[in-house]
Order: sequence, then structure tokens, then C-alpha cells
Amino acid sequence: MTAVPVPYRVVERRRETADSVTLRLEPVGDALAEFAPGQFAMVHCFGRGEIPLSVSSVQATGGLAHTVRGVGAVSDGLCETRAGDVLGLRGPYGTGWELERARGRDVLVVAGGIGFAPLRPLILRALAEPEAYGRVSVVVGARTPADLISREELERWRTAYTGVTVDWPDTAWRGDVGVVTQVMGRAPFDPGDGWAFVCGPEPMIRATARDLAHLGVPPERIRVSLERNMRCATGHCGHCQLGPVLVCRDGPVVGWDMAEPLLSVREL
Amino acid sequence: MTVSAPCAVIDKEGLDALVAALVAEGRTVVGPTVRDGAIVLAELTSADRLPYGWGVELDAGRYRLVPRADGAAFAHSSGPQSWKSFLHPARERLWSADRTPQGDLSFTADDAEPPSYAFLGVRPCDLRAIAIQDRVLTGGRFEDSGYGRRRRRALLIAAECTEPGATCFCVSAGGGPAAGPGYDLALTEVVDGYGHRFLVRVGSEEGARLLAEVPHRSADQVTEAAACGAVDAARGRMGRALPTVDLRTLLGASLAAERWDDVAARCLTCGNCTMVCPTCFCTTTEEVTDLTGDHTERWQRWDSCFDLDFSSLHEGPVRSSGRSRYRQWLTHKLGTWHDQFGSSGCVGCGRCIAWCPAGIDITEEVAALHTELGAETER
Repeated sequence: MTAVPVPYRVVERRRETADSVTLRLEPVGDALAEFAPGQFAMVHCFGRGEIPLSVSSVQATGGLAHTVRGVGAVSDGLCETRAGDVLGLRGPYGTGWELERARGRDVLVVAGGIGFAPLRPLILRALAEPEAYGRVSVVVGARTPADLISREELERWRTAYTGVTVDWPDTAWRGDVGVVTQVMGRAPFDPGDGWAFVCGPEPMIRATARDLAHLGVPPERIRVSLERNMRCATGHCGHCQLGPVLVCRDGPVVGWDMAEPLLSVREL
Repeated sequence: MTVSAPCAVIDKEGLDALVAALVAEGRTVVGPTVRDGAIVLAELTSADRLPYGWGVELDAGRYRLVPRADGAAFAHSSGPQSWKSFLHPARERLWSADRTPQGDLSFTADDAEPPSYAFLGVRPCDLRAIAIQDRVLTGGRFEDSGYGRRRRRALLIAAECTEPGATCFCVSAGGGPAAGPGYDLALTEVVDGYGHRFLVRVGSEEGARLLAEVPHRSADQVTEAAACGAVDAARGRMGRALPTVDLRTLLGASLAAERWDDVAARCLTCGNCTMVCPTCFCTTTEEVTDLTGDHTERWQRWDSCFDLDFSSLHEGPVRSSGRSRYRQWLTHKLGTWHDQFGSSGCVGCGRCIAWCPAGIDITEEVAALHTELGAETER
């Protein structure tokens, strides 16, 4: 049986930034299997095509959310959907964050831009069980204050530390200016024992993971989420290759021990 | 079932009867035939259309048909196509979706029953290539269901290789001119003073059943010896060879090699090598809508890692240089394929050499990498 998309209805569209929205989806009929934070779906926009999107929320009811930035035909189409529209979803695909491996340890989440979205359900899980984890810290960077997503949540969440920094402040900005690596040192985090979860643009991932490794975090405990072109998500189309890794199958979440040697080769 | 059954011999009339029996069963028989100056794979309604009396002359960037005096049908090496044209076709509809006036969507898989193929004249290299595509497309957590459906119904009649071409290097790619496992029947063509005939080995119960339906006789020693001798001789007549080093290690250590710049200066990034390669499996997808706007189809088509769009993210392609794209192809084929699918992706058929418009020779490129990177990658 060919894996065809399963219809999901958009029940809410919330604008996050000028070019991104969060779509809350409920299955029209049967739901897909439950997504783990970090996993992704192939989301089909009728007449436009299909793109991989990590889940930004996972509900026990089978509902889920995707946060999408319009950067092409399909993602623009998804941003233009309205409540009531129906999309097609396949999944769940790929590896998740596997937060449970960090039980009893400090958790440091570092996100850049839209890369915050796949980390959001992980943060919610960690905060829902405060006794199960050590200190949970969140560091978020964005280009401008207007590009920050989930800003109210960031202020509301009871983390051990929340750092927010922007590249270009506006006149109202009172927070940090600069890259996430300049801020994350303030997070209460035991580098020899804690786990870090990183998602964002590739240069941000490289810089963050490299600095964390220098601080003494074992590379295997620095989990990063990779992005590559994907057409099938089932390991058959060849597009998402990164050296030996098929990102749809062996990723998107991999350890820095695996990612570092691959991301350090230009145009691999 | 392995090759424990005794060998049989059929003559040309037996081959005619074999094709006729397959056609009568409703199978789509595909085999080599001459068209447009090449030996192509096409549907055969009778064995008459086999390329009797044609051989090929091959070199880097060169393919020519040449007549043969002996009238042999299978004394030619790989043509421009491989069996993936049928098992993993260049274009295939995956599913379609329809939108109701209320805005609801229904998705329909393209699960039509595929033809029951019978492939006649599958080379030992191509038999291995099919096994490799089996692992890629059906061996993982998810199956390419279209491929799986076609493959499970396909009958494979191998033709052992007695006439390797100048671009062939299957022996150094870990194979050889003798048919390995995976066939239903294996033919070895013999043309000598005793006549034109085919030694037949049975590889499956389906093959045994089929053989029983056509006129055949038990194999005689002369035919067996001639067949084995011709295949053994072919082993020693390979036109080319890969270096005898651990290629996975060599390619893994090659990412910064200067040779990539050298080959990139010659490579046109046309993708011919990936189209003719019997194991290259990459595809892309296209969304096709009709004029009503309420019907859309998802089509899969072959893609090539040489295409600039292949690695595109919204910022642009990951692999924009020709160097990185040739490197991707070769390091994947001989190196990272092992990591991904448990074997090399090369069977040594030589197609990529013959059909490269710039005459780039994979064996020469690997040898140059070995020379450049030196002894640390020795086995």
C-alpha cells in the first residue's frame, strides 16, 4: 500500500511573525501514529506539493501543530491556509529528540529563528515533569524582535533560565543583542553531565555545538536537528543525503558526534 | 531453491518456445533488441527480435553496434538501459487527491496491478544491480510499494556473460560473468560446431516449472564444458578494473582530494551516468493539477544528484559546484552506499563510462584518487 497523505483540518492559524504561522491541525478521520517531539511530517498543500515540517506541538488527542515560514511555493501556500482548510499529512518520520535520555540531568535548549518550533514540544515535556530533569534552560535567538516566535510562552515558562537575543534590535528592545553563543554561557548547566538540544540555521548549529563541545559537553549529548532537501521521507529518493546519513531516516535529530565531521565538509 | 537441479540444454527453438510460453501466460516479456543503433530493452512478442548476430564495441564515451558472424543473441554487453526502466520507471504516479466543493480532500493511492514482467537476458551485473535496488527500495523500514509490487511479480532469466566489453569491470566490482543468486533461470549461450544452444540452470521452482514447458534435454558434457569455459574466459577478459583497495575507505578519505577539481573540469554534470546506472535510484516528485483545480496528482520521476536543484534548500543548493556533485555521486556509489544500504552501489557494468559524453571513466577516477591519497587507504 502506498503511503498516501491522511487528511488533517486546520483548526487554528496563528500568525507568529511577518512570514511564519502556526497551524493547529486535527485529523479529519483516523489520526497518524503519535509524533515524538523532533519528528516530522510530510505536509501536502493541495496543488502545490509536499514539504517536511517538524511538529511544534503534539496533543494526546491526535492533534498536532506545525509552525511554518513561507520561503517557497509550498510553505507560502501553507502560510495562506485558513481555519477549515484541509491538508494532507504523512508521518511520523525520522528521529525524535529523545528527551528521556536526559532524565535526571540538566537540559539546555538553544534555538535560532524558526528552529525554535521543533524544540517547543520538547521544552513543554521537560517543564511538565520538573522533578524528572535537572535545570531546564532555554536560549533563543532571532534576527529581530519581530522574528521571535512564542514570545509570551518564553516569558511565561518557568525555566531555570531563559535567554533571548536578537541580531538587530528595534528601539523598544531592552534585551540582549548578539548571537546565542554569547548568551548561553549564562544558563545554569553542567556541561559534563547535561544534555543540549539545538535547532536553527546550519551556521548557528555549528557555532553553538562547537562552543558547547569546548565547554566540555560530550558531542553525543549535543543533539542537533538537520535540514536537507526531502522528497519522500522514506529513505528512497536520495535527496537528503549528508555523506553516509540519510537525514529522513537517520535524522533529522542526530548527535554532534555524527554531525560535526559531516557539516565541516563544504558542499557535502 | 538453489542451483542443485541438473542443467538442461535448449536450442533456439527452445528459446522461441520459452518466450511463447511466457507470452501465453500473460507475462510481459522484456529483453534486448536492436533499435536506433543500440541494443535496447523492449517488450518482445517472440524470440525472433533478440539481437541475433549483433555485438557491441565500447569505449569511454563510445558505443557502436557491430555484426557478429556467429549469430549469437547474448554476445553483447550492457546497453543504455537497465531493468530499472521497468522495475523503477522514470515516471510514475504515486497518488492523486480530489477536493470536494465543501473543501474536503480524498487521497487515492495508485495501487493498480502492475504487469507480470519476465526479463530475458539479465546480465550477472544487472542481476546484482536488481538485488541492490531491492535493498534500497524494499529493504528498509518503508517499502517503495510500486517497486515492490512490480518486483515480486517479475521473473528473471539471466544470460551469463561470455563477451565482456571494453568498459566492463564486474570482476573488480565483486561480481563476475557467471550469474549469482536471484535468477529463475540462467542461460549460457554456446555457439560452436555442435550448434547454437543454451545451457540452462534452474534457480527457482517457477524456473523449473517453466523449463518443463519447453523442449529441452539434459545437459551434455560438451555443452557444459563449453559454457563454463566461455564464462571463465570472460572473467579474464574484462576491459577495465577498479583498483584492488578498500574502496569504501578510499572514498571516505577522499573528500578533500584535488582529483575532484580535475574531474569537475571535464564533467558536464549532465547526469547521463546516473540515468544509465542500473542502481542509481534517486527520484523527485512533481505536483500536477488539472484545469478544474480540484484534482491534483503526485508524480515521481528520476532525478540526478548532478542536477543543481537536487540539494536545494530555500537558501540555495547545498552542492552548487560540479566538484561537489561528482564527488557526491562517486563517494555515494562506492563509499557511503555501504553505510546506507549494506553494500557497494557499483556492479561494474561500465554503462557510466560508455555513456559519458565526456568519456569520464569511473575506474580511472578511482585509480587517480588512490594514487593521490596514497598508501594509507591500502587494504
